[in-house]
This record gives sequence, structure tokens and C-alpha cells, in this order.
Amino acid sequence: MLARVAAMCVVELQKMRHDRTEIYTRAIQPALWLLIFGETFSRIRAIPTGRVPYLDYLAPGILAQSTLFIAIFYGIQIIWERDAGVLAKLLVTPTPRAALVTGKAFAAGVRSLAQAVAIMVLSAVLGVALTVNPLRWLGVVVVVMLGTAFFSCLSMTIAGLAMSRDRLMGIGQAITMPLFFGSNALYPVGIMPEWLRVISHVNPLSYEVDALRDLLIGTPGHLLLDVAVLIVAAAAGITAASALLGRLVR
Amino acid sequence: MSDESGSVDRHAVVCRGLRHAFGGNVAVDGVDLDVAEGEVFGLLGPNGAGKTTTIRLITTLLPAKPGMVEVFGLDVARHRMAVRRAIGYLPQQLSADAALTGRENVELFARLFDVPRRQRRERVEEVLSAVGLADAADRRAQTYSGGMIRRLELAQALVSAPRLLILDEPTIGLDPVARDGVWERIQEVRRATGMTVLVTTHHMDEADQHCGRIALMHRGRVQALGTPADLKSGLEPGATLEEVFRAYTGDRLDEPGDGFRDTRSTRRTAGRLG
Repeated sequence: MLARVAAMCVVELQKMRHDRTEIYTRAIQPALWLLIFGETFSRIRAIPTGRVPYLDYLAPGILAQSTLFIAIFYGIQIIWERDAGVLAKLLVTPTPRAALVTGKAFAAGVRSLAQAVAIMVLSAVLGVALTVNPLRWLGVVVVVMLGTAFFSCLSMTIAGLAMSRDRLMGIGQAITMPLFFGSNALYPVGIMPEWLRVISHVNPLSYEVDALRDLLIGTPGHLLLDVAVLIVAAAAGITAASALLGRLVR
Repeated sequence: MSDESGSVDRHAVVCRGLRHAFGGNVAVDGVDLDVAEGEVFGLLGPNGAGKTTTIRLITTLLPAKPGMVEVFGLDVARHRMAVRRAIGYLPQQLSADAALTGRENVELFARLFDVPRRQRRERVEEVLSAVGLADAADRRAQTYSGGMIRRLELAQALVSAPRLLILDEPTIGLDPVARDGVWERIQEVRRATGMTVLVTTHHMDEADQHCGRIALMHRGRVQALGTPADLKSGLEPGATLEEVFRAYTGDRLDEPGDGFRDTRSTRRTAGRLG
């Protein structure tokens, strides 16, 4: 199981080594969020973040957002692999479906980490007071991997239900923004209207952001609860996506 | 029946009463098959005859129910992983990952089949040169020609040293030179390892030349079975395989569109070869 998950991650690393364009183009959007949205909202002080500068508050949120954006369309790859016969070939290897899905999920995580490096470097340049504790950085790696694993499994689950690239694109577009705005990535839960608080409460992205904020800039969060929620969410995602994987090749 | 099979009870594949429908569309309608160990067995038929569905039932991609499939005596429904371990599989599409190099494509399958780390490099090298891609191994597959991609996929399927190689239309879309190249490699490996080969094709000439035994499939059923020589002499002296095929399937216009076009193009090929 572990060897197979590693094999899928190795493939993802090899692909990134051959073609880095995606890493660069994907860095543009979070950079805009930090530079334009972040700098502007720092200036007008519209969002109460206590003694934490808004840009510091925002950086972990944008990190979580960019992993969400990478993961939520990851199911397209599965559909492409179905169309190209790759998926059938993988399913005829002695690899349990859950191992295949877990492998894909963590391969997406590897891609997210490459993204995370870009965003963290930019944040540091903009003067965000990031932690220097290596243990906390290790925690960031774990949280980013788990968050990406969950959202990519959500995407693969939708792929197994929608069965086509176009439908998956549509559904992905439709849920990305609600997931993002319905979380604490841009503003604290405290200033949300009651109904949005409920959404934020069941949104795994909020737990990812909370954990990243705690680890990166030291805002006290609920680290244990956050990680527990992300593990449970990722496990549920892997279960759902593996159950639907066979449907794609029928 | 076949002179290649050696002992009669040693079967690579046994199918009994296979049936599969997609919605109301019956793709496989009661197929019985015995593939002897070590032979090259061809499933021949037009598009839509049920060849690919039969392959998917044997490779565990579709549940073999109702009916039964055994691969080397193992029930496919109960020993899925053991069966997959014994199989090397080439799907119909060109399915190598274009974003990876040839070597990386093969390495992935070496890992997925648990080729031990110490043997991996050597094993990957071995199959890459067996399919004639040693020099191109470090180029990305997107720079390969169709024939090279097919041979790369062959290397992916062979890296686990399978006892049964299953090829679904291995030469579809390839020019004659590339087709011969693919078949040469398959036959070389088979001679060296005694591996069983199960292949689907709608190229009659290819089946005639390379298969020990052939099952003619049409409308989800096996219409005729035997060596190419037996099938031909069974019809009339000097008959071509294509004529045998027409005799069993009929050559009517009520074929589903694709199937008819297909029969016509293969007839041209068979005609050309005399």
C-alpha cells in the first residue's frame, strides 16, 4: 500500500520536473490575492484581526485556497486517464482501489507543496512574520497534504458520479467559491452572519486554515481538532472515491 | 487440439457461460473459451462483436457474473489480486503517459507490480531493450511515434514478467512496418519465456499469421473456433480467413454501421495479401 502511494507521488514529482509551467502559472492567482487584496485590505483595516496584521492573517488562508484550487479539479485527470485507457491499465495491476486513490490524493498533495513553497516565499518577501520552527513547518506539510488529499478525493468522487470532464468542470466551478468564501480564509468566523458560520463550521477548508494559521503565524487555533477533522475527512474522501472508481471504467 | 498446448488440462484461461450487458445492450452473450498455456490465441471479430468486453471480464475490470472465468486455475471473482499479478495488459488506446519518459512509464509499472528495488533498474532496462526502446528511454513519450508508444506499452506490460499477456487491438492505427515491429517483439518474448498470449484483432491477416488458434466472434458469441488452417480448409480448399469469417457472420447490411465498414476494410487487406 505505502509503496504504491509512493510510486504515484514519484510520478507526480517526475511530471513536475519535466514541465514547471503549471507551477508558475498557478502561482499568479495567489500572488494577486496577497498583493492586491491583501495590501488593500491591510490599508483600510476593514477586517478585525486583533493585533495580527491583515496580510499575516491572510497568507495561511491564501495557501489553503491555492491547495483547494489545485485539488478540486484533480478529478479531471482521472477522467482523462479513463478516456486514455490508463485507468484500466492501472486497475489491472495488483493495486487495491483505495491504494490507487490514496496515491492520487497524495500526488495532488505533492503538487500543492510545490505551490506552497512559492506562496510562502512571496509571503516572506511581503513581510509576513512566518515561523522559523522546523517542527511547525513539518506540521504545515502534513496539513497541506491532508487538505489536498480531502479535496482531490472530493473531486475524484464527483468524477465518479459525473463521469464526464465537462460536468466535473461545471460542478467544480460551482462549489469552489462557496467553499472558499464559506470559510475563515479571508475573515474571522466572528464577523460572519449566523448562517455562514454554520457553513464554515462544516467546511474542512476552515479547519485547514485554522491549523495553518496556528502553525505559520502563531494565532492560537485548535490544532488537534483541526488535524483530526482533516484526517477523518481525507479517510472519508478516499473511501467514497475508491468505491466509485470502478464505475468509471465500466 | 492445438499442437502447441502440450498437456491438454493446462489452461491459461477458461471461460464458461460469460454474459454481459450494458443496459439493454448485450455485448457478450454466452461465451465459452479455453486458452491453453503457451499458445497465441486470437479473438477475431468486427467492432462491437464483444471482444473487448470479453477481455474486460477476464482482466477483472468487469464482474464475471453470470458465468465463470479462471486464469491459471484461479477463479477471477475470488482471487482478483493473484489473477492481476499473472496478467500483463495492453488496452486498446495508446495509454502511455506522454508527460513521462519511456523509462519512467515502465518504472511506474515495475513499482506497482512489486518488482524488488534491487532488480528494478535491471528489469526495466531489460524490457526496454527487448522492445527496442533502450536508446529512446530518456525521451518523453510525447515525442514517440505510434509504433514506439505501442512498444513502450508492451514494455510496461512485460516488466512484471506476466504468464499471460492480454492485448486488445495491439496494432490498431499502426502502419504495416510498425505492426510487424510490435508482433516481432511479442513473438520474441513469447519464445523466450513461454508466456501465453491472448489477443483481439480485426486484422484477418494478422490473426492468420500469428495466432495458433482463433475464435471468431460475432454479436457477442463465438461463431467458430480452431487453427487458421483448420478454419480455412473446413470451408473450402484455398479459402482465406476472411471468407471463413464472412461464411460464419454473414455479410449483411443490417450490421451496426461501424462493424460493416470494418469488415470491408479488413476484406481489402485480406485481398491485397492474396
